[in-house]
Amino acid sequence: MFAQMTNSLDFHSKALVVRAERQRVIASNIANADTPGYVARDVNFREAMANATGNSTSPVASRMSSSTSNSKHIPLTSSTGELGGNPLAYAPQTQPSMDGNSVDLDRERSNFVDNAVRYESTLRFINGHAKTILSAIQGQ
Amino acid sequence: MSMFSIFGVSGSAVSAQSQRLNVVASNLANADAVAGPDGKIYKGRQVVFETVLMDSQASAGVKVSTISENQEPGKRTHNPSHPMADAEGFITQSNVNPVEEMVNMISASRSYQNNVEVMNTAKTLLLKTLQLGQ
Repeated sequence: MFAQMTNSLDFHSKALVVRAERQRVIASNIANADTPGYVARDVNFREAMANATGNSTSPVASRMSSSTSNSKHIPLTSSTGELGGNPLAYAPQTQPSMDGNSVDLDRERSNFVDNAVRYESTLRFINGHAKTILSAIQGQ
Repeated sequence: MSMFSIFGVSGSAVSAQSQRLNVVASNLANADAVAGPDGKIYKGRQVVFETVLMDSQASAGVKVSTISENQEPGKRTHNPSHPMADAEGFITQSNVNPVEEMVNMISASRSYQNNVEVMNTAKTLLLKTLQLGQ
């Protein structure tokens, strides 16, 4: 009963972790906007959420799990911290530059603001849910 | 905590950009410096950025790896009345191009502002997370 009550809370908390991770990746891109040879990274939110919630129905995830058809194959390991088996994607290059840097600062800035707003909305969902549960417990 | 490492990432970028700004300032200050009796001029400097991995591959900071010197010859101007003029009446000044330095300065200042804004946003989000459930 209580597990069902906190299911949605669980989902939003996982989304919060993925949002925080993406925020960190975008911050790294902005920090390295002037570094020669730096390649911009990004988090595929859909795949990351599918991995976090355990139903990895996304084509990439299933392709990755089936990529070790032999026991001697080396499995693809994750390169990220908290995203589990979710490798970071490379952001597409919009304006090629001489120094090999693929950061588009305008795109990164809009991504950063977008992600911040979505992070905050997830926070509000959690807050509202917690308040709902509290009022249900108090029964007033 | 993943969000806390944003301060490390953006902080490293801010310090690297301020070092770049420092180098620009010293270049501009010495833009008109005349070569001394030994004939050596002030050579314009430029920082070289390098990615430095923080705790995981997801967060990459930045640092100044080297400071390179511009090896072009200094600009020579005819000014016979100058005390440092040579036998032909020429003086040699530094090889700094002030226009390039101004552009460099604007770029460094914009990148600095960007990273400060990133830190401010991260701080706001963390504070809001702290108020969760209240």
